[in-house]
Amino acid sequence: MDANIYREQIIDLYEHPLNFGHVENPDFSYEEDNPLCGDVIRIEVLLGEDQRVTEVAWSGEGCAISQAAASLLTEQIKGKTLDEVKAFTSDQLLELVGVPLSMARVKCALLSLKVLKAGAYGIPDAGTMRQHD
Amino acid sequence: MLYDVEQVRVDFPILGTEVYPGIPLVYLDSAASSQKPTVVIEAMDKYYRTSHANVHRGVHRLSELATTAYEGARATVARFIGAAEPEQIIFVGNATEGFNLVAQSWGRTNIGPGDEILLTEMEHHANIVPWQMLAQEKGATIRYLPVTDDGYLVLDKLDEFLSERTRLFSFAAVSNVLGTINPVWELVDAAHRVGALAMIDAAQSVPHMAVDVQALDCDFLAFSSHKMCGPTGIGVLYGKRELLQAMPPFLGGGDMIRRVTFDGFLPNDLPWKFEAGTPRIAEAIGLGAAVDYLSSLDMDAVHAHEQAVTGYALESLSEVPGLTLLGPPGDHRGGLAAFTIEGLHPHDIAEVLDKDGIAIRAGHHCAMPLHHRLGLNASARASFYVYTTFEEVDKLTRALHRARSVFRLN
Repeated sequence: MDANIYREQIIDLYEHPLNFGHVENPDFSYEEDNPLCGDVIRIEVLLGEDQRVTEVAWSGEGCAISQAAASLLTEQIKGKTLDEVKAFTSDQLLELVGVPLSMARVKCALLSLKVLKAGAYGIPDAGTMRQHD
Repeated sequence: MLYDVEQVRVDFPILGTEVYPGIPLVYLDSAASSQKPTVVIEAMDKYYRTSHANVHRGVHRLSELATTAYEGARATVARFIGAAEPEQIIFVGNATEGFNLVAQSWGRTNIGPGDEILLTEMEHHANIVPWQMLAQEKGATIRYLPVTDDGYLVLDKLDEFLSERTRLFSFAAVSNVLGTINPVWELVDAAHRVGALAMIDAAQSVPHMAVDVQALDCDFLAFSSHKMCGPTGIGVLYGKRELLQAMPPFLGGGDMIRRVTFDGFLPNDLPWKFEAGTPRIAEAIGLGAAVDYLSSLDMDAVHAHEQAVTGYALESLSEVPGLTLLGPPGDHRGGLAAFTIEGLHPHDIAEVLDKDGIAIRAGHHCAMPLHHRLGLNASARASFYVYTTFEEVDKLTRALHRARSVFRLN
């Protein structure tokens, strides 16, 4: 009966995402989809001189969980160093999301982190979503 | 005879269970996999308890019992789909393996550079990927007969897409996303007119309506047991005898040979030529029991029941604000309804419904190209079967309204 994974904050973020959009001339960007459900997330990051995240934005579409997690994650890494970004764990993100998730939905929540890590570790961005904007 | 859905429900033990404490199961995901009646579960259980042994090789009593039961299941399936002989029924792992068998055995022998394979835009991945693998290897071309925005095949274009280069036309009898019931006779006939073979994906038709392979005159037809009250792990490939006879074996090993020497092998007769290794004995027996069960319900009555439930569902769903139904309007449809709701991701719909004990599918339903053709990444799908009630449809509709309010869409 209770759909408590959709606590108020998740729905708020779904309706009004944080850091949604694009970064001009990002230092790294990456994009990936979850073919199972068709969710797709793109993250673009601009680093400052001390390798700290000065600007971060995400775009894409998907379910409330993946979208809310992307907002929470991008909010969290602002001002962090590249090394701190690389060290950010799945558990930390799940804690931020803060709702009980089934195994299938954990993948939704972690899609943005997967994208961020791939970009942070320098995997070339083959994403095409930006061209569609 | 009146179709008594409440009586049918008693036959399925899982339908009496609760998903969460106090929340009974509302199972609306039968197009993905159906539930199993007691007779099927017990047939397999009894086989393992009383008559299991390997088939086709034992002299002893149990092997004889197992062989008789296994081959009896083949004959039951042959009668069910109107095959002339049981030898035309090849037991495979599922419909997917049926397509792979034809692609690898018939396809690698008969498809060459420049040849064309015609599919449609509404196919399941099982009826796309095996042909893509074949076409890549052989330098052949795959073409896709388009679908209209409301989910019909563009039949006017058949002549444009079929030519003397077409070697095979493979298509779904019923779309697992759109629910479209395709004009199978017309499609088989069109393929034959240009000298191509016709293969039917019957995964969404054989479980739901009477099918007669001889009347259809199709060359190959494949379906899965688990979508028709039977166990997982087994499916059926039907083929015309002369085609199957001429095809090389698919997998090699025991049971598919007549004689083996250090230098080579002589393949076995049909159907065993295509059944390498110890076969799916318990699963075949379970499938046989499922076919007997469906026959006892009468497939025409099953189809009529599903049409009634589907018609009611389409009407109820049309009253949910923001809901867009995929596929053709009207009631001549398979027993399923895929849809999207403005502002609600299919995954979120399924999650909210799950809390009410309602099982639906969310995603692309193994038809990614079709979803992209429709401009979608995903959809939600409720599907109906022999045991689905009007009350369950009401629960679905109520839960969809509730999902909208969880997402503040009211």
